[in-house]
Amino acid sequence: MYRILKQSLRTGVVTEAPPRLDDAEFEAVGIELRRTLDARYGRSLAIRAVDAGSCNGCELEIHALGNPYHDVERFGVHFVASPRHADALLVTGPVSRHMQSALRRTWRATPAPKLVIACGTCACDGGEFGVSYASCGAVANVIPVDVTIPGCPPTPIDLLRGLLAAIRG
Amino acid sequence: MSRLDWLSEYLARLIDEHVVVRSGDAQGLAPAHRLVLDSEDWGAAARVAAAFGCRWAGVWGDVEAGDSEGTQLTLRAALERDGGFVVLETEVPVTFPVLASHTNHFPAADRMERHLRDLLGVGFHDHPDARRWVRHQAWQENEFPLRHYVAASGHPPLRTRADSDYPFLRIQGNGVYEIPVGPVHAGIIEPGHFRFQAMGEEVLRLEERLGYTHKGIEKIAVGRDPAALARLAARVSGDSTVAHAWAACQAMERATHCQVPPRALFLRALMAERERVANHLGDIGAICNDVGFAFAHMQCGRLRELWQRSSHALFGHRFMMDALIPGGVARDLPADAPARLRAEHAALRREIAPVFAVVDDHPSLDDRLIGTGCLSAADARLLGCTGYVGKASGQAFDLRHDSPYAPYDRLHVDVPVQQEGDVAARVRVRMEEVRISLLLMDRLLDLLPSGPIAATLPQPAGGTTGLGLVEGWRGEILAFVRFGADGRIARYFPRDPSWFTWPALERLIHGNIVPDFPVCNKSVNGSYSGHDL
Ligand code: SF4
Repeated sequence: MYRILKQSLRTGVVTEAPPRLDDAEFEAVGIELRRTLDARYGRSLAIRAVDAGSCNGCELEIHALGNPYHDVERFGVHFVASPRHADALLVTGPVSRHMQSALRRTWRATPAPKLVIACGTCACDGGEFGVSYASCGAVANVIPVDVTIPGCPPTPIDLLRGLLAAIRG
Repeated sequence: MSRLDWLSEYLARLIDEHVVVRSGDAQGLAPAHRLVLDSEDWGAAARVAAAFGCRWAGVWGDVEAGDSEGTQLTLRAALERDGGFVVLETEVPVTFPVLASHTNHFPAADRMERHLRDLLGVGFHDHPDARRWVRHQAWQENEFPLRHYVAASGHPPLRTRADSDYPFLRIQGNGVYEIPVGPVHAGIIEPGHFRFQAMGEEVLRLEERLGYTHKGIEKIAVGRDPAALARLAARVSGDSTVAHAWAACQAMERATHCQVPPRALFLRALMAERERVANHLGDIGAICNDVGFAFAHMQCGRLRELWQRSSHALFGHRFMMDALIPGGVARDLPADAPARLRAEHAALRREIAPVFAVVDDHPSLDDRLIGTGCLSAADARLLGCTGYVGKASGQAFDLRHDSPYAPYDRLHVDVPVQQEGDVAARVRVRMEEVRISLLLMDRLLDLLPSGPIAATLPQPAGGTTGLGLVEGWRGEILAFVRFGADGRIARYFPRDPSWFTWPALERLIHGNIVPDFPVCNKSVNGSYSGHDL
């Protein structure tokens, strides 16, 4: 226990230190996001992430949103385990044909009004995979999409900006 | 001493079994030795290899339209022993593409043969499992998307149904119940389906159903130029973007006898080691988090983020995606990079020391990780597990050590091995690999040659083939390419190590409790997209 406390104290709260420009920018977008959520979304945005066939690169960056440098929960963004709890779906990957009905079912299970955010170049336009016998390409080919976040994969700041754009409508 | 010292003995044993080797050479698929067999001998050659202690490393097939006008289907299977590789090769007529299965001798072959059956229509007459594997409902049983006459667009249904009637095996009995999980999981992870048969809390059987992220990678590779193939390979499994791109480039470079500048090779290795460190850091944290130990998760998440930021600053991308191109690398390091990298390695070494010390020896972690999810050495060997899954179960194989490719041929690579095979052992191997990679990266900087960072890939001759073998962070990656007459890709098959660790997960979960599945799964961390292709 002593070792854990020592390491934790030594590390401190890394989100508060503003050592770099990108952290400051992240903070600024996050605060804007927080304000908008407070005004329009009852103070929180519940997101259900759905991998509809990605290469797993996009997932790693969505994960990075939760690390101590970004910690998006402080801005009111939560990732939830069920589409029934979600305000928004964050969909990655070209939609593989084998995920087509799972994605549609997840979308139907999400209560309206719902936002659909296509995350990553593949989700936006099919990316390197396109449309084929195995891939439906862009998410918009399967369910209606509100906002797209290009990038391969989009960086955490891209993701945060995309979320802000989504809730501003 | 050659790594293929055993080849003559294997050939002698084949003769004893009346298996005729029609021809063979050491060039077409170097560093592997190619052996061409009659299709009747396909099963016997595997039987002899299994008895001889070879590891089975993959099977793939190809209709080599060209001289034979697409009437023959070529099959190749890779075997490894003592760091030496042999590729068995045979042909079957497209009109009757049936031969013996390797699964009865190498359980590792099970799913890859079913994958071949679903995509290319190869029949394995004595395969123990007649069920589809990568095929769900997007194409019909009698359609084979990889056949040369089928267009990449195929003719999929307007809406592909869920594959809800896949015949899972069931356990009958009082008190046995079934838990279906996925394809959409509760966490932010890739899609797949797990079917548990449980009694009380204990898992009696786990059956995986994968293929949800099948994107037709092998098919859409056809017709690409080398640069476009490298981009596709970088997206086979996003967490292994460097390793898969390297394997594909290596295969193309070997096929075209391209001399890659030494500096490019060193930069590739630097990036591959960075990728290993990043993924291990993330996973060590996530494994601890799966048993409620948030401290390590936060610490490792923090270190990983810093690491990725510096990958972006020095290598141009947080994951170093598209940093490798055929013939070399896309960009050179900034002039001050070696000093910055050295400082970063030293800082990370300092930072991980207290964190790893806690992870290694903390009562609440010991309680959950020791003895959980045990994979026996025998199973690891039988399934051909490489990487940390194999190493934690006594399999010391590592390409960088046992079959080193440049620049690892100039380095000494330590391979950490544990015998316990449990989650704790896999964590220990990963921590050790982080430490070893840090030393290797310093060494790579010491030896970093100057000079150009890329060579032009010579125009590929039609019909040439190449084999790439790269130690990714998950283990051995194999990539096969064949060029068509137009100098474009006619076949690409990337074999991720996850093919062999997914079946290992089914075995190591036996007798564990259902709530320990997430931590067992994370400790193995198979790639869905690298496997589904
Ligand atoms: S956008 Fe890039 S990182 Fe995301 S799924 Fe597609 S290839 Fe992978």
